[in-house]
Amino acid sequence: MLAFIFRRVLSTIPVMAIVAFAVFMLLRLSPGDPASVIAGDYATAEQIARIRTQLGLDQPIYTQFFAWLGQLAHGDLGVSIFSNLPVSTLIAQRVEPTLMLALTTIVFSIVVAVPMGVVAAWKANTWIDRAVMVFAVVGFSVPVFVMAYFLIYGFALGLNWFPVQGYRSPSQGIGLFASHIALPTLALSAIFVALIARITRATVLEVLDEDYIRTARAKGQIERKVLFHHALRNAAVPIVTVIGLGIALLIGGVVVTESVFNLPGLGRLVVDAILKRDYPIIQGLILLFSFVYIILNLLIDISYTLLDPRIRY
Amino acid sequence: MKLNRRAFVGGVVAAPFLARSGFAQGSASVLRVIPHADLKNIDPIWTTAYISRNHGYMVYDTLFAMDASLKPQPQMVDKWEESSDKKTWTFVLRDGLSFHDGKPVTAEDCAASLIRWSKRDPMGQQLFSIVESCKGRDAKTLEIKISKPYGLMLDSIGKISSNVPFIMPKALAETDAFKQVESAVGSGPFIFKKEEWVPGSKVVYVKNKDYVPRKEPASAAAGGKIAKVDRVEWLYIPDSTTCMNALMSGEIDYYEQVPGDLAPVLAKAPGVKIEVLDPIGAQGMMRFNSMVAPTDNEMVRRAIVRATNQQDMLAAAVGNPDYYKLCESLFPCGTPMESKAGLDLIRPPSKDEARKMLKEAGYKGDKLVILQPTDIPISSAFAQVAAKTLRDIGMNVDLQAMDWSSVTSRRAKKDPVDKGGWNMFPTWWIGGDLLNPLTNAAMIANPDKAWPGWPNDKKMEELRQAFANAATLDEQKAAAAAVQQRSIEIAQYINLGTYFVPVGYRDNVKGMIPSPVQFFWNMEKTS
Amino acid sequence: MSGAIEQTGAATAKRGSGLPRQPLLVFGAAVIAVMVLAAIAAPYLGTADPMALNPLGRLRPPSAANWFGTDQFGRDIWTRVVFGSRVSLFVGAVVAILSLSIGLLIGLVAGYLRIVDAIVMRVMDGLMAIPGVLLAIALVSLSGASMTTVIIAITIPEIPRVVRLVRSVVLSVREEPYVEAAIAAGTRLPLLLARHILPNSIPPLIVQATYICASAMLTEAILSFLGAGTPPEIPSWGNMMAEGRQFFPIAPRIVLLPGVALALTILAVNVLGDGLRDRLDPKIAKRM
Repeated sequence: MLAFIFRRVLSTIPVMAIVAFAVFMLLRLSPGDPASVIAGDYATAEQIARIRTQLGLDQPIYTQFFAWLGQLAHGDLGVSIFSNLPVSTLIAQRVEPTLMLALTTIVFSIVVAVPMGVVAAWKANTWIDRAVMVFAVVGFSVPVFVMAYFLIYGFALGLNWFPVQGYRSPSQGIGLFASHIALPTLALSAIFVALIARITRATVLEVLDEDYIRTARAKGQIERKVLFHHALRNAAVPIVTVIGLGIALLIGGVVVTESVFNLPGLGRLVVDAILKRDYPIIQGLILLFSFVYIILNLLIDISYTLLDPRIRY
Repeated sequence: MKLNRRAFVGGVVAAPFLARSGFAQGSASVLRVIPHADLKNIDPIWTTAYISRNHGYMVYDTLFAMDASLKPQPQMVDKWEESSDKKTWTFVLRDGLSFHDGKPVTAEDCAASLIRWSKRDPMGQQLFSIVESCKGRDAKTLEIKISKPYGLMLDSIGKISSNVPFIMPKALAETDAFKQVESAVGSGPFIFKKEEWVPGSKVVYVKNKDYVPRKEPASAAAGGKIAKVDRVEWLYIPDSTTCMNALMSGEIDYYEQVPGDLAPVLAKAPGVKIEVLDPIGAQGMMRFNSMVAPTDNEMVRRAIVRATNQQDMLAAAVGNPDYYKLCESLFPCGTPMESKAGLDLIRPPSKDEARKMLKEAGYKGDKLVILQPTDIPISSAFAQVAAKTLRDIGMNVDLQAMDWSSVTSRRAKKDPVDKGGWNMFPTWWIGGDLLNPLTNAAMIANPDKAWPGWPNDKKMEELRQAFANAATLDEQKAAAAAVQQRSIEIAQYINLGTYFVPVGYRDNVKGMIPSPVQFFWNMEKTS
Repeated sequence: MSGAIEQTGAATAKRGSGLPRQPLLVFGAAVIAVMVLAAIAAPYLGTADPMALNPLGRLRPPSAANWFGTDQFGRDIWTRVVFGSRVSLFVGAVVAILSLSIGLLIGLVAGYLRIVDAIVMRVMDGLMAIPGVLLAIALVSLSGASMTTVIIAITIPEIPRVVRLVRSVVLSVREEPYVEAAIAAGTRLPLLLARHILPNSIPPLIVQATYICASAMLTEAILSFLGAGTPPEIPSWGNMMAEGRQFFPIAPRIVLLPGVALALTILAVNVLGDGLRDRLDPKIAKRM
């Protein structure tokens, strides 16, 4: 097992290399050119060429790639073409809102969805179950920005309970933080609540069918205890798996949510950078997101072998 | 929070001494603004982006500046003189000018700044093609020697829009013009807080307490620039609905560019006011590629212009009739060079006439590529209406959607359309950029120096030079009319009409300056 | 339907799914059938030209001529919603088919051949590691918006998920005694794949196809929302919502109508997927 884990950890290195290579090539082979964006409306071809030279964009692609890898090896993500600030600084400035939104979303989703799923499984085939499942399917089907606009109109402008936009750090006061993060969290959580509730329900149903639960029931243990001690404990791993897999979904959702609620996070940083062709930022951020994802994937893979020993690697 | 707390403590301690001015006002003087774009870089010479220009006006000062009637007025300059042979200009700086690091502004700083500006700006290039020397005669006297008399000296160094000849410290101004300056130390009314800058989100300026404003009242870029708030925060929000909501709920004091369709909603909201500050407005423009078929044919271009109706364009792109106006003059209506010259060639708009002209031009159904920048709503709408118009007159249109970054690199390609080239792309300019034949980049007709589209016309270049040489306003007007006539004859671009972008603000914000450019001095926030 | 499937259905009925299976399938299938019919018959449903601009008749409220009013270019909203079903269904279906066929191929090979597996799965991990929406935005905005690029951009991030699914099925099936016996008996690879592995992969894949279809329609909407989607000229629900959001405060119907259509379609596809999952293979489908 340890050898497998070690091998699996080692194997993330080529994956990172593949990501780095893919991201780099994707950007450099694209038609957009930061030099012409920078040069502006009056620029002549000669001026654009000078800016390209200035930025090192006139070098052969492989030279640029190895130069970039060399920087990466030193932990240097490069400098934004437009703002001239180090990419690591830009990321550091933006990481908090994204992290906080991800955390509140995951916590909120689990707190809401797990009990929902358990209850639905427990009361399978009743109206409660049906209501939960309908809610789950609807939550899964409504695009996050439509959800966001409804929340803004209902709770921010209509009822005036929450601010419309912006982000406050917890260091500026927990109350301020909570009121600003509430609507983005709700908007982003819909899909997660749906996902986790469904998986919880399915897993708990499956576990409820296993022999030892039947035994526990037969021994006369009350239902709630059966549910939470046996069923849920066994359902925990697939739920964690789903949360892990949902991270990719979360990153996509964060991009949209940050744009609607104007949270100065990483999602908006990378979308802005893509539209402006600010290569170093796009590369750095996609690498960062991918790194987070790979680490999670690693943990999930390891948990698979714990879960189902039949699967060998 | 740290800052807020300090301000709060300071306020409490100071309150007994400042009883009259009032503590509430002191703590309220943060102006929260949604700017029209995100400040991506801080060098207004390196880029022509309007947001970087606006940043420049916060931080830097200029030698001359345009007033509300678009006449250059002295700003940093106290007295100036043109020698009797009109070949030597001397400018004496006024007293009390100093940079944010405390050093006084010298003539050397001004000379270095003008030289850097002249490497990037077309009007600067025009001026410096005849400059023999530009240097400090003494600490406060700048001397510019030119090889022949030049009527546009003050208009050039008092240029209101990108690139503005901002005065930087010599050390900054000696940066290669193709490389960004590292910092933003200027002598303007606000100080840039670089450590608080979060690109994509937030820019912070604080009042420059040492700034000595002119005595004259503010008038566009000219006159006294008095910072009346302690702190200006630019909070960039990309989504217009979110912007609107933030202004309505009072989280934001000032919204620089309200979409015309949302203006009526905001105007009705309590505590919110809507106003147009730019009297000239912006001009929509559809640029032709004069090098690539089928738009390499002058007659085809003229036919397209004939078919284009400003009313359709503006109604689709702007919508609210309160915020657009038909204006066929290539130089903005209401400005000195406005003219009717050449309009009889293309107006009134008529699709029937256009079809006839196309036939005469021998158009055979070649594919015509229009670039559509989808992330700029106004330009995107222009492209869409243009595609429809051209299809109506029987042209084979390929409307290609992409983001603006892709447009800027695609438009630099001179290849035929089936090899990645293009025929037309839409954009817009603020009227302040189109005031005369020299500032209007689309009128350049020397293909080596021209804006993408590369019209090639010797006569046009001669006419533009004639404008540069014109000595009096009347001569300038006549020269400008001739340029407009020629521009329409060779169909360099289509004027899609004029529109106005209103600002929205909380009713406790006062002192906005009517101007084509957004300024933040003179603005105050009452409690 | 075959008796075997009926039996599986009966077995799951006891364990219960949220909604009774039959109505679930019927509802999903019916909504999708209506959508498909609408897409085909779009020009005959009281519609105008979906692309026709009428700048002077913009943002009109609902009327007899324009049942749901007009949008910011004066185009008929009802028309565009109806025609929008073509785009969404097309994107959903094509992405599902493409990613399934490519993923199935790669997954079968990877699951069976260990040498290939190591390399392919690292590449898949690499692809999967790049957040799907970001990869799609990057692909579309870098290579220019067109229907083709949008479909490719949405397909690529979906492939690794299919590969992983197929591979996990292959890995599990390989350990089954009857398959091990078949290998021991010298059954050739193509036959092995066709007889044992493929049939086991199909049921979860059909279920997966519905989810991919739903997610593709959502992603298309997100791409448009972020300004990197199908060309705005094309009436897709995602585009209509993206363009209309600027007018949400004054004409919410521009956003809501396509939004409802999109949500309803995705809902129907998801419900159909759930129904199929319950019928075809609850155990494997649930693990995903």
